[in-house]
Amino acid sequence: MAGLISRGFLGRRRPAEVENRLPPGQYLVTDWPVLSAGPTPHTPLDKWSFTMDGLVGKPVTWSWDQFQKLPTQTYTVDISCVTKWTKLDMKWLGVTVDTLLEAVEVDPAGKYVTAYSDGGYTTNVPLDEMTKGQAFVAYQFGDKPLEPVHGGPARLVVPHLYFWKSAKWIRGLRFMEENEPGFWEQLGYNIHGDPWKEERYSGD
Amino acid sequence: MAQPVLEWQAGTVTAIRPETRQTKSFTLALPKWMAHRAGMHYDVRLTAPDGYQTERSYSIASAPERVGLIELTVERIADGEVSPYLHDVVVTGDQIEVRGPIGGYFVWEVRLGGPLLLIGGGSGVVPLMAMLRHRAAEHATIPARLLYSSRTQDDVIYRDELDAMAAGDKGFEALFTFTRQAPPGWTGYQRRIDGEMLHEVIKPFGEQARVYVCGPTLLVESVANALAQMGLPIERIRTERFGPTGV
Repeated sequence: MAGLISRGFLGRRRPAEVENRLPPGQYLVTDWPVLSAGPTPHTPLDKWSFTMDGLVGKPVTWSWDQFQKLPTQTYTVDISCVTKWTKLDMKWLGVTVDTLLEAVEVDPAGKYVTAYSDGGYTTNVPLDEMTKGQAFVAYQFGDKPLEPVHGGPARLVVPHLYFWKSAKWIRGLRFMEENEPGFWEQLGYNIHGDPWKEERYSGD
Repeated sequence: MAQPVLEWQAGTVTAIRPETRQTKSFTLALPKWMAHRAGMHYDVRLTAPDGYQTERSYSIASAPERVGLIELTVERIADGEVSPYLHDVVVTGDQIEVRGPIGGYFVWEVRLGGPLLLIGGGSGVVPLMAMLRHRAAEHATIPARLLYSSRTQDDVIYRDELDAMAAGDKGFEALFTFTRQAPPGWTGYQRRIDGEMLHEVIKPFGEQARVYVCGPTLLVESVANALAQMGLPIERIRTERFGPTGV
Protein backbone atom coordinates (compact mmCIF):
# COMPACT_ATOMS: atom_id res chain seq x y z
CA MET A 1 0.00 0.00 0.00
CA ALA A 2 1.35 3.40 -0.92
CA GLY A 3 2.27 5.67 1.92
CA LEU A 4 3.91 8.93 2.75
CA ILE A 5 7.69 8.44 2.61
CA SER A 6 9.03 8.89 6.14
CA ARG A 7 11.99 11.27 5.90
CA GLY A 8 15.19 9.47 6.79
CA PHE A 9 13.54 6.10 7.45
CA LEU A 10 15.23 3.08 5.93
CA GLY A 11 13.73 0.30 8.01
CA ARG A 12 15.12 -2.87 9.35
CA ARG A 13 15.26 -5.43 6.58
CA ARG A 14 15.14 -9.13 7.15
CA PRO A 15 16.34 -11.80 4.77
CA ALA A 16 13.79 -12.23 1.96
CA GLU A 17 12.76 -15.68 3.20
CA VAL A 18 11.71 -14.09 6.50
CA GLU A 19 10.33 -10.86 5.03
CA ASN A 20 8.08 -12.85 2.70
CA ARG A 21 6.45 -14.51 5.68
CA LEU A 22 5.55 -11.22 7.39
CA PRO A 23 2.08 -9.90 6.49
CA PRO A 24 1.81 -6.17 5.69
CA GLY A 25 2.76 -3.84 8.53
CA GLN A 26 3.94 -6.69 10.79
CA TYR A 27 7.33 -7.06 12.47
CA LEU A 28 9.16 -10.17 13.59
CA VAL A 29 9.41 -11.15 17.25
CA THR A 30 11.26 -14.02 18.84
CA ASP A 31 9.63 -13.73 22.26
CA TRP A 32 5.91 -14.19 22.79
CA PRO A 33 4.10 -11.01 23.82
CA VAL A 34 1.01 -11.33 25.99
CA LEU A 35 -2.12 -9.28 25.41
CA SER A 36 -5.34 -9.71 27.35
CA ALA A 37 -8.21 -7.46 28.29
CA GLY A 38 -8.51 -8.66 31.90
CA PRO A 39 -7.17 -11.03 34.54
CA THR A 40 -5.97 -14.48 33.49
CA PRO A 41 -8.52 -17.17 34.44
CA HIS A 42 -7.14 -20.20 36.28
CA THR A 43 -9.62 -23.02 35.81
CA PRO A 44 -8.56 -26.27 37.53
CA LEU A 45 -8.40 -29.18 35.09
CA ASP A 46 -11.02 -31.16 37.03
CA LYS A 47 -13.45 -28.26 36.49
CA TRP A 48 -12.53 -27.78 32.84
CA SER A 49 -14.73 -29.03 30.03
CA PHE A 50 -15.11 -28.42 26.33
CA THR A 51 -18.56 -28.14 24.74
CA MET A 52 -19.91 -27.99 21.20
CA ASP A 53 -23.41 -26.53 21.21
CA GLY A 54 -25.75 -24.18 19.38
CA LEU A 55 -27.10 -25.44 16.04
CA VAL A 56 -26.12 -29.06 16.56
CA GLY A 57 -28.23 -32.21 16.76
CA LYS A 58 -27.09 -32.93 20.30
CA PRO A 59 -24.52 -30.89 22.21
CA VAL A 60 -21.41 -32.74 23.31
CA THR A 61 -19.12 -32.05 26.27
CA TRP A 62 -15.70 -33.50 27.01
CA SER A 63 -14.00 -33.45 30.39
CA TRP A 64 -10.28 -32.68 30.44
CA ASP A 65 -9.44 -36.40 30.66
CA GLN A 66 -11.79 -37.23 27.80
CA PHE A 67 -10.36 -34.42 25.71
CA GLN A 68 -6.83 -35.75 26.30
CA LYS A 69 -7.87 -39.06 24.72
CA LEU A 70 -8.83 -37.42 21.43
CA PRO A 71 -6.32 -37.89 18.61
CA THR A 72 -3.82 -35.03 18.40
CA GLN A 73 -1.63 -33.50 15.76
CA THR A 74 1.44 -31.32 15.92
CA TYR A 75 1.33 -28.01 14.10
CA THR A 76 4.12 -25.62 13.18
CA VAL A 77 2.56 -22.34 12.17
CA ASP A 78 3.30 -18.63 11.82
CA ILE A 79 1.16 -16.41 14.03
CA SER A 80 0.33 -12.73 13.48
CA CYS A 81 -1.19 -10.53 16.16
CA VAL A 82 -3.17 -7.42 15.23
CA THR A 83 -0.85 -5.49 17.57
CA LYS A 84 1.76 -5.93 14.79
CA TRP A 85 3.96 -8.80 15.92
CA THR A 86 4.48 -11.98 13.95
CA LYS A 87 6.15 -15.05 15.37
CA LEU A 88 7.33 -17.77 13.02
CA ASP A 89 7.27 -21.55 13.41
CA MET A 90 5.23 -21.81 16.60
CA LYS A 91 4.96 -25.49 17.54
CA TRP A 92 1.70 -26.68 19.04
CA LEU A 93 0.02 -29.92 19.95
CA GLY A 94 -3.73 -30.00 19.69
CA VAL A 95 -6.94 -31.52 18.46
CA THR A 96 -8.05 -30.44 15.01
CA VAL A 97 -11.55 -28.99 14.80
CA ASP A 98 -12.32 -31.65 12.16
CA THR A 99 -11.93 -34.31 14.86
CA LEU A 100 -14.24 -32.40 17.22
CA LEU A 101 -16.82 -32.04 14.47
CA GLU A 102 -17.02 -35.84 14.11
CA ALA A 103 -18.78 -35.89 17.50
CA VAL A 104 -21.69 -33.62 16.54
CA GLU A 105 -24.14 -33.17 13.74
CA VAL A 106 -24.08 -29.51 12.75
CA ASP A 107 -27.30 -28.08 11.34
CA PRO A 108 -26.66 -26.90 7.74
CA ALA A 109 -27.77 -23.43 8.90
CA GLY A 110 -24.89 -23.33 11.41
CA LYS A 111 -22.40 -21.62 9.13
CA TYR A 112 -20.68 -19.55 11.78
CA VAL A 113 -18.90 -20.38 14.99
CA THR A 114 -18.61 -18.41 18.20
CA ALA A 115 -15.68 -19.60 20.27
CA TYR A 116 -16.26 -18.88 23.96
CA SER A 117 -13.87 -18.81 26.87
CA ASP A 118 -13.46 -18.57 30.60
CA GLY A 119 -13.73 -14.93 31.58
CA GLY A 120 -16.49 -14.26 29.03
CA TYR A 121 -14.33 -13.74 25.95
CA THR A 122 -15.87 -14.60 22.57
CA THR A 123 -14.76 -14.47 18.95
CA ASN A 124 -16.45 -15.38 15.68
CA VAL A 125 -15.08 -17.42 12.76
CA PRO A 126 -16.92 -18.80 9.70
CA LEU A 127 -17.21 -22.59 10.02
CA ASP A 128 -15.67 -23.18 6.59
CA GLU A 129 -12.52 -21.44 7.86
CA MET A 130 -12.18 -23.86 10.76
CA THR A 131 -12.40 -27.15 8.88
CA LYS A 132 -9.89 -29.04 6.75
CA GLY A 133 -7.09 -28.57 9.23
CA GLN A 134 -7.44 -24.79 9.41
CA ALA A 135 -8.06 -24.64 13.17
CA PHE A 136 -7.27 -26.68 16.26
CA VAL A 137 -7.63 -26.62 20.03
CA ALA A 138 -4.11 -26.60 21.45
CA TYR A 139 -3.08 -27.65 24.92
CA GLN A 140 0.67 -27.94 24.48
CA PHE A 141 3.16 -25.44 23.19
CA GLY A 142 6.75 -26.45 22.52
CA ASP A 143 6.22 -29.86 24.19
CA LYS A 144 4.99 -28.27 27.44
CA PRO A 145 1.49 -27.70 28.79
CA LEU A 146 0.20 -24.37 27.49
CA GLU A 147 0.73 -21.74 30.18
CA PRO A 148 -2.33 -19.89 31.53
CA VAL A 149 -0.90 -16.55 30.49
CA HIS A 150 -0.83 -17.80 26.89
CA GLY A 151 -4.34 -19.27 27.06
CA GLY A 152 -3.85 -22.57 28.88
CA PRO A 153 -5.10 -25.04 29.70
CA ALA A 154 -6.39 -24.92 26.11
CA ARG A 155 -6.80 -22.30 23.41
CA LEU A 156 -8.21 -22.22 19.95
CA VAL A 157 -5.62 -21.64 17.23
CA VAL A 158 -6.68 -20.33 13.81
CA PRO A 159 -3.28 -19.53 12.31
CA HIS A 160 -4.49 -17.86 9.11
CA LEU A 161 -6.37 -15.14 11.03
CA TYR A 162 -5.10 -12.49 13.45
CA PHE A 163 -4.39 -14.02 16.82
CA TRP A 164 -7.40 -12.53 18.65
CA LYS A 165 -9.42 -15.15 16.75
CA SER A 166 -7.38 -17.83 18.54
CA ALA A 167 -9.43 -17.62 21.73
CA LYS A 168 -7.44 -18.20 24.92
CA TRP A 169 -8.93 -20.28 27.76
CA ILE A 170 -11.42 -21.79 25.35
CA ARG A 171 -14.36 -23.75 26.73
CA GLY A 172 -16.44 -24.38 23.66
CA LEU A 173 -17.64 -23.73 20.14
CA ARG A 174 -21.18 -22.56 19.48
CA PHE A 175 -22.63 -23.07 16.00
CA MET A 176 -24.62 -20.09 14.81
CA GLU A 177 -26.73 -18.99 11.89
CA GLU A 178 -25.34 -15.44 11.96
CA ASN A 179 -21.78 -14.19 12.00
CA GLU A 180 -22.20 -12.71 15.48
CA PRO A 181 -19.41 -10.23 16.31
CA GLY A 182 -17.35 -11.35 19.33
CA PHE A 183 -15.60 -9.34 22.02
CA TRP A 184 -13.05 -7.42 19.93
CA GLU A 185 -15.23 -7.50 16.82
CA GLN A 186 -17.79 -5.39 18.73
CA LEU A 187 -15.05 -2.95 19.75
CA GLY A 188 -13.92 -1.87 16.30
CA TYR A 189 -11.84 -4.84 15.20
CA ASN A 190 -12.47 -6.54 11.87
CA ILE A 191 -15.21 -9.12 11.57
CA HIS A 192 -12.86 -11.45 9.60
CA GLY A 193 -9.23 -10.61 10.43
CA ASP A 194 -7.01 -11.86 7.59
CA PRO A 195 -3.47 -10.56 8.22
CA TRP A 196 -2.48 -10.84 4.53
CA LYS A 197 -5.35 -8.49 3.62
CA GLU A 198 -4.54 -6.36 6.67
CA GLU A 199 -8.10 -6.70 7.97
CA ARG A 200 -7.29 -5.15 11.34
CA TYR A 201 -10.20 -2.86 12.03
CA SER A 202 -13.83 -2.56 11.13
CA GLY A 203 -14.16 -1.51 7.49
CA ASP A 204 -10.59 -2.53 6.46
CA MET B 1 -22.66 0.08 16.75
CA ALA B 2 -21.48 1.27 13.33
CA GLN B 3 -17.74 1.75 13.19
CA PRO B 4 -16.16 4.42 11.00
CA VAL B 5 -13.50 3.24 8.58
CA LEU B 6 -10.13 4.27 9.93
CA GLU B 7 -8.03 5.90 7.23
CA TRP B 8 -4.34 6.70 7.26
CA GLN B 9 -3.65 10.40 7.61
CA ALA B 10 -0.49 12.48 7.70
CA GLY B 11 -0.08 14.09 11.11
CA THR B 12 2.30 17.04 11.46
CA VAL B 13 4.65 17.01 14.42
CA THR B 14 4.06 20.32 16.20
CA ALA B 15 6.04 19.66 19.38
CA ILE B 16 8.48 17.13 20.81
CA ARG B 17 9.01 17.08 24.56
CA PRO B 18 11.57 14.87 26.30
CA GLU B 19 9.91 13.27 29.33
CA THR B 20 12.69 11.06 30.71
CA ARG B 21 15.96 9.72 29.30
CA GLN B 22 14.03 7.04 27.46
CA THR B 23 10.72 8.69 26.63
CA LYS B 24 9.56 11.59 24.51
CA SER B 25 6.12 12.97 23.82
CA PHE B 26 5.21 13.86 20.25
CA THR B 27 2.33 16.21 19.56
CA LEU B 28 0.71 15.64 16.17
CA ALA B 29 -1.79 17.91 14.47
CA LEU B 30 -4.25 15.73 12.56
CA PRO B 31 -6.21 16.94 9.52
CA LYS B 32 -8.95 14.39 10.23
CA TRP B 33 -8.88 14.44 14.01
CA MET B 34 -11.57 12.45 15.74
CA ALA B 35 -12.32 12.54 19.48
CA HIS B 36 -10.87 9.47 21.16
CA ARG B 37 -11.76 7.86 24.46
CA ALA B 38 -8.97 8.01 27.03
CA GLY B 39 -7.00 4.76 26.90
CA MET B 40 -7.16 4.29 23.13
CA HIS B 41 -4.17 4.15 20.79
CA TYR B 42 -3.08 5.12 17.30
CA ASP B 43 -1.20 3.08 14.75
CA VAL B 44 1.92 4.68 13.30
CA ARG B 45 3.16 3.65 9.86
CA LEU B 46 6.63 4.37 8.49
CA THR B 47 7.48 4.02 4.80
CA ALA B 48 11.00 3.77 3.34
CA PRO B 49 11.83 5.20 -0.11
CA ASP B 50 11.56 1.75 -1.71
CA GLY B 51 8.08 1.17 -0.29
CA TYR B 52 9.05 -0.95 2.72
CA GLN B 53 6.59 -0.30 5.54
CA THR B 54 6.24 -1.15 9.17
CA GLU B 55 3.67 -0.25 11.80
CA ARG B 56 3.47 0.08 15.57
CA SER B 57 0.78 1.06 18.05
CA TYR B 58 1.23 3.85 20.60
CA SER B 59 -1.12 4.89 23.37
CA ILE B 60 -2.57 8.37 23.27
CA ALA B 61 -1.34 10.43 26.21
CA SER B 62 -3.52 13.47 25.61
CA ALA B 63 -7.11 14.06 26.61
CA PRO B 64 -9.85 14.07 23.99
CA GLU B 65 -10.55 17.66 25.04
CA ARG B 66 -7.44 18.72 23.11
CA VAL B 67 -9.24 19.12 19.83
CA GLY B 68 -7.27 18.62 16.61
CA LEU B 69 -4.18 17.23 18.33
CA ILE B 70 -2.96 13.98 19.75
CA GLU B 71 0.07 13.43 21.91
CA LEU B 72 1.89 10.09 21.80
CA THR B 73 4.48 9.29 24.47
CA VAL B 74 7.00 6.82 23.10
CA GLU B 75 9.64 4.86 24.95
CA ARG B 76 12.88 4.41 23.04
CA ILE B 77 13.65 0.71 22.69
CA ALA B 78 17.39 0.37 22.02
CA ASP B 79 17.10 -2.41 19.44
CA GLY B 80 13.78 -1.22 18.06
CA GLU B 81 12.92 -0.17 14.55
CA VAL B 82 10.32 2.56 14.99
CA SER B 83 10.95 4.13 18.41
CA PRO B 84 14.65 4.98 17.66
CA TYR B 85 13.50 6.61 14.41
CA LEU B 86 10.91 8.69 16.27
CA HIS B 87 13.42 9.65 18.98
CA ASP B 88 16.53 10.24 16.88
CA VAL B 89 15.32 11.37 13.47
CA VAL B 90 11.92 13.05 13.74
CA VAL B 91 11.89 16.82 14.25
CA THR B 92 9.14 19.39 14.56
CA GLY B 93 7.45 19.92 11.20
CA ASP B 94 7.89 16.33 10.02
CA GLN B 95 4.88 14.37 8.89
CA ILE B 96 4.01 10.98 10.31
CA GLU B 97 1.28 8.68 9.04
CA VAL B 98 -1.17 7.53 11.66
CA ARG B 99 -4.59 5.99 11.89
CA GLY B 100 -6.93 5.73 14.82
CA PRO B 101 -8.23 6.06 17.42
CA ILE B 102 -8.29 2.32 18.12
CA GLY B 103 -9.47 0.16 21.02
CA GLY B 104 -12.70 0.24 22.95
CA TYR B 105 -12.20 -1.79 26.12
CA PHE B 106 -9.25 -0.27 27.93
CA VAL B 107 -11.00 3.09 28.02
CA TRP B 108 -12.34 5.32 30.71
CA GLU B 109 -14.43 8.42 30.50
CA VAL B 110 -16.12 10.53 33.12
CA ARG B 111 -19.55 9.12 32.38
CA LEU B 112 -18.33 5.63 33.41
CA GLY B 113 -17.82 6.97 36.91
CA GLY B 114 -15.49 5.67 39.58
CA PRO B 115 -13.86 5.51 41.95
CA LEU B 116 -10.96 5.16 39.57
CA LEU B 117 -7.84 3.20 40.44
CA LEU B 118 -5.06 3.37 37.88
CA ILE B 119 -2.05 1.11 38.20
CA GLY B 120 0.87 1.59 35.86
CA GLY B 121 4.39 0.32 35.38
CA GLY B 122 6.99 2.17 33.31
CA SER B 123 5.59 3.56 30.07
CA GLY B 124 2.34 1.75 30.90
CA VAL B 125 1.38 5.01 32.58
CA VAL B 126 0.71 6.64 29.19
CA PRO B 127 -2.92 5.59 28.60
CA LEU B 128 -3.60 6.14 32.32
CA MET B 129 -2.34 9.71 31.94
CA ALA B 130 -4.87 10.26 29.15
CA MET B 131 -7.59 9.19 31.62
CA LEU B 132 -6.29 11.57 34.29
CA ARG B 133 -5.96 14.44 31.84
CA HIS B 134 -9.50 13.78 30.64
CA ARG B 135 -10.75 13.72 34.23
CA ALA B 136 -8.97 17.01 34.95
CA ALA B 137 -10.16 18.65 31.73
CA GLU B 138 -13.73 17.81 32.65
CA HIS B 139 -13.20 19.09 36.23
CA ALA B 140 -14.59 15.76 37.40
CA THR B 141 -14.67 15.12 41.13
CA ILE B 142 -14.71 11.34 40.76
CA PRO B 143 -12.15 10.03 43.28
CA ALA B 144 -9.02 8.76 41.52
CA ARG B 145 -5.74 7.21 42.59
CA LEU B 146 -2.69 6.37 40.54
CA LEU B 147 -0.20 3.76 41.71
CA TYR B 148 2.83 4.11 39.50
CA SER B 149 5.82 1.77 39.58
CA SER B 150 9.15 2.96 38.19
CA ARG B 151 12.72 1.75 38.47
CA THR B 152 14.06 5.09 39.71
CA GLN B 153 12.89 8.64 40.15
CA ASP B 154 14.45 9.57 36.79
CA ASP B 155 12.21 7.05 35.04
CA VAL B 156 8.97 8.67 36.20
CA ILE B 157 7.09 10.13 33.24
CA TYR B 158 4.86 13.20 33.81
CA ARG B 159 6.17 13.65 37.38
CA ASP B 160 5.69 17.41 37.57
CA GLU B 161 2.27 17.31 35.98
CA LEU B 162 1.13 14.52 38.28
CA ASP B 163 2.35 16.38 41.35
CA ALA B 164 0.63 19.56 40.20
CA MET B 165 -2.54 17.67 39.44
CA ALA B 166 -2.56 16.09 42.90
CA ALA B 167 -1.77 19.39 44.63
CA GLY B 168 -4.75 21.13 43.10
CA ASP B 169 -7.29 18.35 43.36
CA LYS B 170 -8.50 16.80 46.62
CA GLY B 171 -10.05 13.93 44.72
CA PHE B 172 -6.80 12.72 43.16
CA GLU B 173 -3.73 11.15 44.68
CA ALA B 174 -0.58 9.88 42.97
CA LEU B 175 1.35 7.15 44.75
CA PHE B 176 4.77 6.09 43.53
CA THR B 177 6.84 3.01 44.11
CA PHE B 178 10.47 2.54 43.10
CA THR B 179 11.75 -0.91 42.28
CA ARG B 180 15.45 -0.25 41.79
CA GLN B 181 16.39 2.89 43.66
CA ALA B 182 14.25 5.31 45.62
CA PRO B 183 15.22 8.97 45.81
CA PRO B 184 17.10 10.10 48.96
CA GLY B 185 14.78 10.52 51.94
CA TRP B 186 11.94 8.65 50.24
CA THR B 187 9.41 7.33 52.74
CA GLY B 188 6.95 5.84 50.29
CA TYR B 189 6.88 2.43 48.64
CA GLN B 190 10.11 0.96 47.34
CA ARG B 191 9.33 -2.48 46.02
CA ARG B 192 7.41 -4.17 43.26
CA ILE B 193 3.65 -3.82 43.53
CA ASP B 194 2.34 -6.64 45.73
CA GLY B 195 -0.89 -7.70 47.39
CA GLU B 196 -0.25 -5.72 50.56
CA MET B 197 0.39 -2.54 48.59
CA LEU B 198 -2.76 -3.10 46.54
CA HIS B 199 -4.80 -3.61 49.71
CA GLU B 200 -3.58 -0.28 51.05
CA VAL B 201 -4.10 1.59 47.80
CA ILE B 202 -7.57 0.23 47.08
CA LYS B 203 -8.77 0.54 50.67
CA PRO B 204 -10.52 3.93 50.38
CA PHE B 205 -12.39 2.67 47.29
CA GLY B 206 -13.20 -0.90 48.22
CA GLU B 207 -14.88 -3.22 45.78
CA GLN B 208 -16.53 -0.33 43.95
CA ALA B 209 -13.25 0.60 42.29
CA ARG B 210 -12.87 0.59 38.53
CA VAL B 211 -9.33 -0.55 37.92
CA TYR B 212 -7.12 -0.07 34.88
CA VAL B 213 -3.75 -1.78 34.86
CA CYS B 214 -1.10 -1.15 32.22
CA GLY B 215 2.54 -2.10 32.13
CA PRO B 216 4.90 -4.99 31.50
CA THR B 217 3.24 -8.40 31.37
CA LEU B 218 4.59 -9.59 34.73
CA LEU B 219 3.31 -6.53 36.55
CA VAL B 220 -0.10 -6.66 34.90
CA GLU B 221 -0.42 -10.38 35.46
CA SER B 222 0.43 -10.23 39.17
CA VAL B 223 -1.68 -7.13 39.85
CA ALA B 224 -4.74 -8.41 37.97
CA ASN B 225 -4.54 -11.80 39.67
CA ALA B 226 -4.16 -10.23 43.11
CA LEU B 227 -7.15 -7.94 42.51
CA ALA B 228 -9.28 -10.85 41.28
CA GLN B 229 -8.33 -12.81 44.40
CA MET B 230 -9.36 -9.85 46.54
CA GLY B 231 -12.85 -10.37 45.14
CA LEU B 232 -13.00 -7.50 42.69
CA PRO B 233 -15.40 -8.36 39.84
CA ILE B 234 -13.29 -9.22 36.80
CA GLU B 235 -15.26 -6.93 34.51
CA ARG B 236 -13.99 -4.05 36.61
CA ILE B 237 -10.34 -5.01 36.12
CA ARG B 238 -9.22 -3.88 32.70
CA THR B 239 -5.73 -4.57 31.53
CA GLU B 240 -3.38 -3.54 28.79
CA ARG B 241 0.00 -5.21 28.55
CA PHE B 242 3.21 -3.89 27.14
CA GLY B 243 5.16 -7.02 26.39
CA PRO B 244 8.94 -7.14 26.66
CA THR B 245 9.04 -6.79 22.88
CA GLY B 246 7.64 -3.34 22.07
CA VAL B 247 10.19 -2.85 19.29
